Amino acid sequence: MRQTIPHAGEPVRSTCPYCGVGCGLISDGDNLRGDPDHPANRGRLCVKGSSLLETLGEHGRLLSPRIGDRTVSWERALDEVAERFRRVIDEHGPDAVALYVSGQLLTEDYYVANKLMKGFIGSANIDTNSRLCMSSAVVAHKRAFGEDVVPGCYQDLELADLVVLTGSNTAWAHPIVYQRLAAEKKRRPAMKIVVIDPRRTATCDLADLHLPIRPGQDVALFNGLLAWLDQHQAVDRAYLEAHTRGFDATLAQARDGLGSWSGLAAQLGLAQADLECFYQWFAATGRTVTLFSQGINQARNGTDQGNAIINAHLATGRVGRPGAGPFSITGQPNAMGGREVGGLANQLAVHLELDNPAHHQAVADFWGAPALARRPGLMAVDLFRAIEAGTVKAVWIIATNPVDSLPEADRVRAALRACDTVVVSDCVSDTDTLECADIALPALAWGEKDGTVTNSERVISRQRSFLAAPGEARPDWWALCQVAKRLGFADAFDYRHPAQIFREYAAMTGLARRFGKCLDLTAAAALTDSGYQQWTPRRWPFGESERCFSDARFSTADGRARLIPCAPPPAECRSAELPLTLNSGRLRDQWHTMTRTGRAPMLFSHRDEPFVEIAPRTAARFGLEQGGYARVRSAAGEALVKVRFDDGLAEQALFMPLHWTDRFTGRARVDALVPALTDPHSGQPAFKHTPAMIQPWQPRWHGLLLGAMAAPAVDYWARVPVDAHHWRYQLAGQAMPDETTFMAWLPEAEHWLSLDDSAAGHHRRVALDRHNRIIAWLALAPEPVHANLEWLAGCLAQPVADGQRAGLLLGDPGDGGVDLGVVVCTCFQVREGQLRAAVEQGARTVSELGLSCRAGTNCGSCIPELKRFVAD
Amino acid sequence: MGERPALVVVGNGMAACRLLEELNRLTPSRYRITVIGDEPGGGYNRVMLSPLLAGGTDEATLLTHPRAWYQERGIELITGTPVTRIDRTRRRVHTADGREFAYHRLVLATGAAPRSLPVPGADLNGVLGFRDLRDARHLLALPRCRVVVVGGGFLGLEAAEALLRRGHSVTLVHGRSHLLNQQLDAVAGARLQRDLQQRGLAFVLGQRPAALEDDGHGKVAAVRLTDGRRLPADVVVQAIGIVPRAQLARDCGLAVGARGIRVDDTLQTFDPRIYAIGECVEHRGRTFGLVAPLFEQARVCASHLAELGHRRYRFEGTVTRLKIAGIDVLSAGDFEGEGEVITVQDPAGGYRRLLLRDGRLAGLVLYGDVSDGPFYERLWREGRDLGALRLTLPFGAAACGDVAA
Repeated sequence: MRQTIPHAGEPVRSTCPYCGVGCGLISDGDNLRGDPDHPANRGRLCVKGSSLLETLGEHGRLLSPRIGDRTVSWERALDEVAERFRRVIDEHGPDAVALYVSGQLLTEDYYVANKLMKGFIGSANIDTNSRLCMSSAVVAHKRAFGEDVVPGCYQDLELADLVVLTGSNTAWAHPIVYQRLAAEKKRRPAMKIVVIDPRRTATCDLADLHLPIRPGQDVALFNGLLAWLDQHQAVDRAYLEAHTRGFDATLAQARDGLGSWSGLAAQLGLAQADLECFYQWFAATGRTVTLFSQGINQARNGTDQGNAIINAHLATGRVGRPGAGPFSITGQPNAMGGREVGGLANQLAVHLELDNPAHHQAVADFWGAPALARRPGLMAVDLFRAIEAGTVKAVWIIATNPVDSLPEADRVRAALRACDTVVVSDCVSDTDTLECADIALPALAWGEKDGTVTNSERVISRQRSFLAAPGEARPDWWALCQVAKRLGFADAFDYRHPAQIFREYAAMTGLARRFGKCLDLTAAAALTDSGYQQWTPRRWPFGESERCFSDARFSTADGRARLIPCAPPPAECRSAELPLTLNSGRLRDQWHTMTRTGRAPMLFSHRDEPFVEIAPRTAARFGLEQGGYARVRSAAGEALVKVRFDDGLAEQALFMPLHWTDRFTGRARVDALVPALTDPHSGQPAFKHTPAMIQPWQPRWHGLLLGAMAAPAVDYWARVPVDAHHWRYQLAGQAMPDETTFMAWLPEAEHWLSLDDSAAGHHRRVALDRHNRIIAWLALAPEPVHANLEWLAGCLAQPVADGQRAGLLLGDPGDGGVDLGVVVCTCFQVREGQLRAAVEQGARTVSELGLSCRAGTNCGSCIPELKRFVAD
Repeated sequence: MGERPALVVVGNGMAACRLLEELNRLTPSRYRITVIGDEPGGGYNRVMLSPLLAGGTDEATLLTHPRAWYQERGIELITGTPVTRIDRTRRRVHTADGREFAYHRLVLATGAAPRSLPVPGADLNGVLGFRDLRDARHLLALPRCRVVVVGGGFLGLEAAEALLRRGHSVTLVHGRSHLLNQQLDAVAGARLQRDLQQRGLAFVLGQRPAALEDDGHGKVAAVRLTDGRRLPADVVVQAIGIVPRAQLARDCGLAVGARGIRVDDTLQTFDPRIYAIGECVEHRGRTFGLVAPLFEQARVCASHLAELGHRRYRFEGTVTRLKIAGIDVLSAGDFEGEGEVITVQDPAGGYRRLLLRDGRLAGLVLYGDVSDGPFYERLWREGRDLGALRLTLPFGAAACGDVAA
């Protein structure tokens, strides 16, 4: 059970730990709601945020430190970490150790990790999963503005007359931003929304124009835009001349090889009219925001793609103005905080640079750092290559799951398994990465952590604890400081409270200001402990404009922004062996590798098995069936997943969600398929364009299994949590398991209910304990097993009633309940069948659907899907 | 109206009584009917002997055809004197007390006798059968004692359970490896054994009596088993099956097969004036021990005696049920032959075994929960193709959408 901390009962204001929108929320541990006063969300929450309390609880938590399989004391574990790091550093130098951290860390954790690694261990080998998320945007910002700054704020989306969403399924990945936009579009239908995405996603629901661009063509699209703007006299010459450099070279590059507009449209895979429509709107609309996300960043030329967008904004003078600007939105709750403190291998700290001697000196002085790193460290992909090569011999991974999230993920796993020392700090006890750990350290989870985060619009908010730490879980900054002390750096890491760290970091941003950067938190350097405690969300730089660069003075040495010539990448060549392009991304109701959302049964009601999406016509070509199985193969790896038809996909396209890990299915880690190709400037991997092949897989048997058991070793399995202790498995395979085999999947039981029809291949088992409680349920059949899953799940751990026994084996209470289809509205568990019924009863709009069955009236994430029901 | 033709019925058991009822319904006055029964009274329901012994009913309830019933219908009922001879040439039936009865038509409904244990000592005092009312009365009158019941078929089980209820210490000896091996598969047999053991019944399976021991006074003292074990017993009840009583028929030259009196589909014997029904007959190589086919035979036979002649007897599989309070067992058809077996087991609930052949229900065993018995019986009799119901079939009528219920 959850334990609330002593002062609990009092509602506490905190920040959502999911995406980069950074919504405020209020919770006392038993109830949770959006914070009406938080500027990001004004009380709204998406389905993931709304169900945060479902993800809490001690089950599945890492509760004490472990060395190997042994539970040890913190003292012992910390000694071991420090000793091993010390030995490697002594023998092989500081570059033989590394930290690999996460956008899930609080700013305070990040600050301490960065300070320890760069300032005191003396290597810049600290990288982060933010490398995978938006490091291309970081470089694009730095190249254009001289500093990694998102100039605008969310309000710009509401002030804009044209919003361009590119490489972003905002509706699913950043639902609250999408809802703000949707609300404004409803209020002001004249505002235009353009979605640029190879997929027709839920976000397109809001679009006046969807450009289903060919993957990898964004530079060509935005170069074309620049040329169009110039050709149509829509560039702001005065602005360019006064505040920028590089326009002419950039325009020349943009024009290079550009023939006719129809030729460009054909190259992009777009209708010429649509392309010109977009260009015309952009040219004509002063208040234009271009929101971009992973579809831009996660490419071999992600940095150029970002700069191509920024170029168009600089050329029109639309940066840092109300309702106008390029807007990179981040994926993680504190990617921005990490960027600010400098927790990336190619940054120093507080927006200062490793290779700038003045910056270096300032930071060394500020920290009193004896061995401040002088050259960039290894970025994520290279870091794990170095681990594979054995040049990095000890790594401490904090709050992230690289075995699943890095490209060529199977190679990453092999590298970690072979690595001498792998320390993993996590709040859960079972991840694919923890499996490789030599030392595991229990971390605090959301609700227990105390510190600050920065969202995509530079608003710093507090994550506050309202739950007691379970077991021996401790803050990550504490563990880092403890190791720092053991390495001999006690004085520099004598923090007792996150407020101390925050004050030091805020003071340090004075260095940034000294070097002409926007980052400036110095006003908070004298914050008292209670001031920290009572911190309300504030956007940096404090007390100035909502936006950066409104005065067109940029953070470069000469104060001018740079337009960056971007050459389109060479055309993608598909091979006959790998003729398709595999895209990857987020789902509406899941988050990252499911270590948190995977604890909430409700969040699986939208999608409960790993899948690949494919257009029906492509599927037909490859012999695939809706709801069937497919093997997806790339040069790097393979997956076995279900098939979903989606006519929003292009002819050659596949899409797989990034969430499924070996904890939830047999083989569907999409990143095991993604080749480790990175952007040359940012080191960010290209997750969106994997050459791939697909083929049908026909199982001879199917199974449905419920209980607390581990995953059976079968060809295909996928599981979802039923409650804190039980799973529901979908199984499939080639060779029908015999009774000895399938009984081994099941727990010891006092009584068994069974059905055996060997000739038909039907086998069922219900395991009962001595109190007649149901502890496991299994059905095997040559065809997919249908059962009343909700009812069955409710039966687990309950005593079986006499009248239920036959129904229990059948998997249905036999009360004539009909299958209502999948859940569309997760918040109120409204199913397809209920929606169709509501439509039959006269609901004609989404709001009438809401009145009729509550669907879409809470978080609103399902509204794009609801529209389909009223439209059909 | 001249003299009516004489119909003599030898036997007054359940088949005979049913024949009389059918005749009475079809043609109440065609024949002058004489019924000659071995047993002293009117017709009674033999099936209810087990409940009677178990204390669930009384004799009055058993009596289905009191003497008055015969009187009211002008049927002469002769009891207490067995038929000794049939003179087919003169069409006369002779009884032990020297009487003779002429017939135009004769029906043999002589039933069956309990099979005696083929071991030394089977003739000792205290070695009983459980076949008729007299046996039941005898068992009801026993003082509390040690009983060994030999035979784990329906009759033996019912007797054993009834005697247990009466307070006797009862051990059932069964030569096969599981109980009711004609009606149940091994799993259901084991379930039955477990449930009866829980009631206090003791079992020795896979053993037969080798001898019955004398107490020195001509009374049984123990059962010696084939493995040498000795079961002390004050009373031994034999329930190892029945033998059709065909001697009368054999003696008068009717065709008698290895087991019973041979009849055709109209229940006629070798002699066209003579019919035979019930446990004494052998029809197409088959003999009978359950009441349902007997009744059907009586119905067919009656239609021919009534000169309607429009029926044929065809054996239809029978659904059998065990008559032990609180233990529901249902069995039908061929449940262990070639085919595809579906089983459903619930240690605290039911057990089901369905045998499908060519996609059709060939036989079944239900143990514990027999509520779907009628559903399966219908599917079994109709021979319906069950392909589409394969998955839900073992879960019964409700799960199958009630197609046949």
